Amino acid sequence: MYLNSMKIKNGEIYVHIPFCVKKCDYCDFVSFACDDEVKHAYFDSLIKEIELNAEPGADMPVDSVFFGGGTPGIADAHEILRVLDALRSKYEVSPDAEISIELNPASADLEKIKIYRSAGINRVSIGLQSSDDRELKILGRPHSFNDFLRTYDDVHKAGFDNVNIDIMSALPGQSVKSYLSTLDTVTKLKPSHISAYSLIIEEGTPFFERYKDNKGLPDEDTEREMYYATKEVLGKAGYMRYEISNYAVPGKECRHNTGYWERKPYRGFGLAAASFDGSKRYQMHNDLKRYIKGDHEREITLLSKEDAMAEFMFLGLRMMKGIKKTLFKEEFSADIYDIYGSLLEKQKETGLIKEEGDRIFLTDYGIDVSNVVFADYLLV
Amino acid sequence: MNQDHIRNFCIIAHIDHGKSTLADRIIEMTGLLTSREMQAQVLDNMDLERERGITIKAQTVRTVYKAKNGEEYIFNLIDTPGHVDFNYEVSRSLAACDGAILVVDAAQGIEAQTLANVYLALDHDLDVFPVINKIDLPSAEPEKVIAEIEDVIGIEAEDAPLISAKNGINIDQVLEAIVNKIPAPKGDSNAPLQALIFDSLYDSYKGVIVFVRIKNGTVKKGTPIKMMATGATAEVVEVGYFGAGQFIPCEELTAGTVGYITASIKNVRDTAVGDTVTNAENPCKEALPGYKKVQSMVFCGVYPADGAKYPDLRDALEKLQLNDASLFFEPETSVALGFGFRCGFLGLLHLEIIQERLEREYNLDLVTTAPGVVYRVHKTNGDMIELTNPTNLPDPSEIDYMEEPMVNAEIMVTTEFVGSIMELCQQRRGRYKSMEYIEATRALIKYELPLNEIIYDFFDALKSRSRGYASFDYELKGYERSELVKLDILINREEVDALSFIVFKDSAYERGRKMCEKLKDEIPRHLFEIPIQAAVGGKIIARETVKAMRKDVLAKCYGGDISRKKKLLEKQKEGKKRMRQIGNVEIPQQAFMSVLKLDED
Repeated sequence: MYLNSMKIKNGEIYVHIPFCVKKCDYCDFVSFACDDEVKHAYFDSLIKEIELNAEPGADMPVDSVFFGGGTPGIADAHEILRVLDALRSKYEVSPDAEISIELNPASADLEKIKIYRSAGINRVSIGLQSSDDRELKILGRPHSFNDFLRTYDDVHKAGFDNVNIDIMSALPGQSVKSYLSTLDTVTKLKPSHISAYSLIIEEGTPFFERYKDNKGLPDEDTEREMYYATKEVLGKAGYMRYEISNYAVPGKECRHNTGYWERKPYRGFGLAAASFDGSKRYQMHNDLKRYIKGDHEREITLLSKEDAMAEFMFLGLRMMKGIKKTLFKEEFSADIYDIYGSLLEKQKETGLIKEEGDRIFLTDYGIDVSNVVFADYLLV
Repeated sequence: MNQDHIRNFCIIAHIDHGKSTLADRIIEMTGLLTSREMQAQVLDNMDLERERGITIKAQTVRTVYKAKNGEEYIFNLIDTPGHVDFNYEVSRSLAACDGAILVVDAAQGIEAQTLANVYLALDHDLDVFPVINKIDLPSAEPEKVIAEIEDVIGIEAEDAPLISAKNGINIDQVLEAIVNKIPAPKGDSNAPLQALIFDSLYDSYKGVIVFVRIKNGTVKKGTPIKMMATGATAEVVEVGYFGAGQFIPCEELTAGTVGYITASIKNVRDTAVGDTVTNAENPCKEALPGYKKVQSMVFCGVYPADGAKYPDLRDALEKLQLNDASLFFEPETSVALGFGFRCGFLGLLHLEIIQERLEREYNLDLVTTAPGVVYRVHKTNGDMIELTNPTNLPDPSEIDYMEEPMVNAEIMVTTEFVGSIMELCQQRRGRYKSMEYIEATRALIKYELPLNEIIYDFFDALKSRSRGYASFDYELKGYERSELVKLDILINREEVDALSFIVFKDSAYERGRKMCEKLKDEIPRHLFEIPIQAAVGGKIIARETVKAMRKDVLAKCYGGDISRKKKLLEKQKEGKKRMRQIGNVEIPQQAFMSVLKLDED
C-alpha cells in the first residue's frame, strides 16, 4: 500500500495502437497497415513514452485503461503485456480497474485472448458493424460474420463476461430489414454492452469520394427508422441507452468512455493520443515515423473557463442522465442559469432539453439534432 | 512640335482581335520605351483587365516615330474601353482623335462591336484605316475579310496592312500608314483655350490628373481654367504628356496636342469626361459638342457581410469613386441586410468590376442584391419618381402606370444560329426590328429589348446559343410603358426586403417559382419547417418548403475527438454567425445573390 502510493495518480489511461490489417473505407482514425518490425519499434517508443513521460492528472488511482486503435488485437499479445507492465510500474492502477481492449473478428485467436485475460484485461470490445456479409464487404471490413462468431466464442471461452459489440446503421445498401436483423442477431448473443453508430461519412476517406452526392446511402426516412429502431429493439432486450450511441446492461456502462463525458482527467499514450489534465488538453502528433524515432511532443491547448463550461455542457449532455446543475456550480462557482439562462429557457421551450430536479438532459428530439443544441453552448 | 507632325489616333477592334497587342508593338517600335520596360501588355496594367483581357480604363501613350521620309512624328495613341457598358467613354476618347486604326481578325471577320465602334468613329469624322491582324493563323482569310470591310463598312481596304501583332509581322506598314493616312490636327494655338476631357485619374499627391486633347488655344502652369459643364475652376499646376506608364511634365500644351493637366482638383466629378476645359479669364465661345452627364443604368444594393465593416465599405467606395465618376452610391438600410449602399453602375460589367475590386483590393466580404434598372413610376397624383430600389415602390393604389428603359440592340451572328437567337430575343420580350445579311453566312439582327432583360445574363445566353459566335451591342433607346409588378419573397411568412425585385407581370410566376426553388436549396434546414413564398401584391404565387431538420448528430465522441469535435461545433456556430437573421430563420449570405443565377440551370 505504501509503495503504491508513491506511484502516479490519474483518472484514466488510454493507449493508442495505430495498426490494422487493412484500413476500412469509412475509417478516419489514425491507423496504418504495417509490418511487424514497425510495430515492434512502435511499442518500444510507446513504452519509452510511458516510462519517461508519465505524469499525474488527478488525485485518484487509475480507474480504467483502454487499448484503442486501430486494432490493438492484431498486435503481438506480449507487446500489450509490456505496455501494461510499464503502466503498472508508473501508475497506481486500482485492483478493480476496467481494462478494455478493442478487437476485430479474426484479429486475435483464442490463445492471444487468454493471454489478455491472464494479464488482467477484463473487457473486450469487438467491431462487428453488421451481421450481413454483403454490408461488411461494402464497408471494406476484413472479416465475415462467421469470423465474428468464432471470436465472440473465443472471448467467452477465455472468461470475459464484459463484452461490447459495435454495430452500425445507415450503411450503403442497408435496408431497415437487414439492420433489424443485425440488431436481432446481436441482442441474442447477449453481450453486456452495445455501441450503435450511425455511419458518418468523414472527409478524407474513400467513402467521402464515393458517397459525396449521397447516392447509394439510405434516404433520410430510412435512416431515421433505423435510428429509432435501435433504441426500441435494444431497450426491449434489456439494454439501457446511457449515451447517444451507447447501450448497456445496467451496471455495465463503459467507465472509460463515461470518464470522457464527465471530464475526468485522462492520460493518452501513443500516436495521436489525446490527454486531459483537468485544465489543459494535449494532443500527440500523428506522424508515425517521428513517433518511432522517439519524438513525443504534444500540442497543448489551455482551456479558458468559457471553454471548460462549454465542454461541461456538450460532453455532459451526450449522456442520457445529462448534467447536474449543482455540479456545474461546484466546478465553475457560477450558477448555470447566470451563464446559460436564456439559452436553457429557449431550448426547453423548443423541446430540445428537459429539466428535472437537479438534472438537465436532452429530449429524444434534442438527441436527433444534438449538434445544433451543443453549438449554442460555445461561448466565443 | 509643329501640328503637321502630330498624329492623334486610337485603335478600334472587337474583343480579342488584337488591339492591345498591336498597341504594344507600336510602342515597342517607336521611341521612349525599351523592350525591357515592356510589360506583357503595356496598356492593360490593371490586374483585373489582364485577367479578363479587356481594357477598362482608357490609357494613353505618347511615342516618337522616325518615318521613312526621315521626319519625326509624335504619335498620341489613345486607348478606348472595349465594352458596351462604356459606350459614352468610348465616344469621348474617339472625339479626342483625328483618326483610327480598325483592327479586324483575319479569321473572325467583322463583329457587331467592330461595326458599332467604326460607325461611332465615322460619326466623329475620324479617318479610319483597316489593318488585318492574325494573318499567320491557319484559318486566316484576309481576302474575304478585306472584301467584307469594303462591302459592309464601305471603307477602302485593298491596301490594308496584313499583319500579325503577336509575331511582329508588318508593323512597319502600320506605322507608315499612321503617318500617311491619319490627318494632322488643325487647331489655333492662339485662340481661347478649348480642350476636351477624355479621361481623368486621381492621384493622392497631384489631385485629379485630367487627360485632355487641346482643340484650340494653349495651356500651361498658372493658366486659370474652368470646366464649362461642371463649372469647376482651378489654376493649372502642371501640364505634360504621357510616357508609357508615367507622366512627363512639359512647358505647355498647344492646339493639336494630347496631354494632361493637374490643378489641385480634389474630385473627379469636377472633371467629367466630355466636358470642355477653357481659360477662365478668356473663355472660348462654346463648349465642345457631345458632353453628357453620366447616368447609372444598373443599380443594386451593396452590403458588407459583416455589419461592422460598413465604414470600411464607405471608405472603399469613396476611394473608387475618386477614379470613377460613373460610380454612384448612396446609403440605404435594409431590414434583412442592415446598413449598406445603393450603387449605380454603367452596366453589369461595371458592377462586376466594382464588386471584384471592393472584394479584392479592399478585402471586403459583400452581399449584393439583385441588380435592377431605373424604372419610372407615374403616380396618380401626377408625380413621377425614378425607382432604383424595389422596396421604395409606392402602394399600387398610388401608381398610375410604370415605364421601363428600352435599348436598341444589334446582334451579329452566323446564319445557322439566327433561329435560336431570335427565340432568345423573343423570350426576353424583344421587339423584332430588322435583319440584314452582311454576307451569305452572316446576319445583323436588330431588336428592341427591355434593358431589364439583358442586364443579367443575356450576353452569356447569346454566347451559349451561338457557340460563342454571336456579338452584341446596344444603346439606350428611351422609356416605354410596361406592365410591371413587384415580386416579394416571404421566408417563414416574413417579407425579406432585400429579395424583392421588379418584374414584368407575365414573368412574375416563372421567376417567383424559380426564386423559391433556389432559396429552398440555399437555406439550411432549421429545427422547424420554413415556408418560402413568392408574392405579388400580397397574393402568394409560388411556394416551396424547407423541411425541418431531423438529424445532426456526432455519433462518436471519444477522448481524442473532443478537441476536433469542438472545432466542428465552433465551425457550425461560426457559420451561423455569418448568416442573416430574418425572424427566427438564419439565411446564408449566398441566398441573397441566388436571384442573380436564376437562369443558370
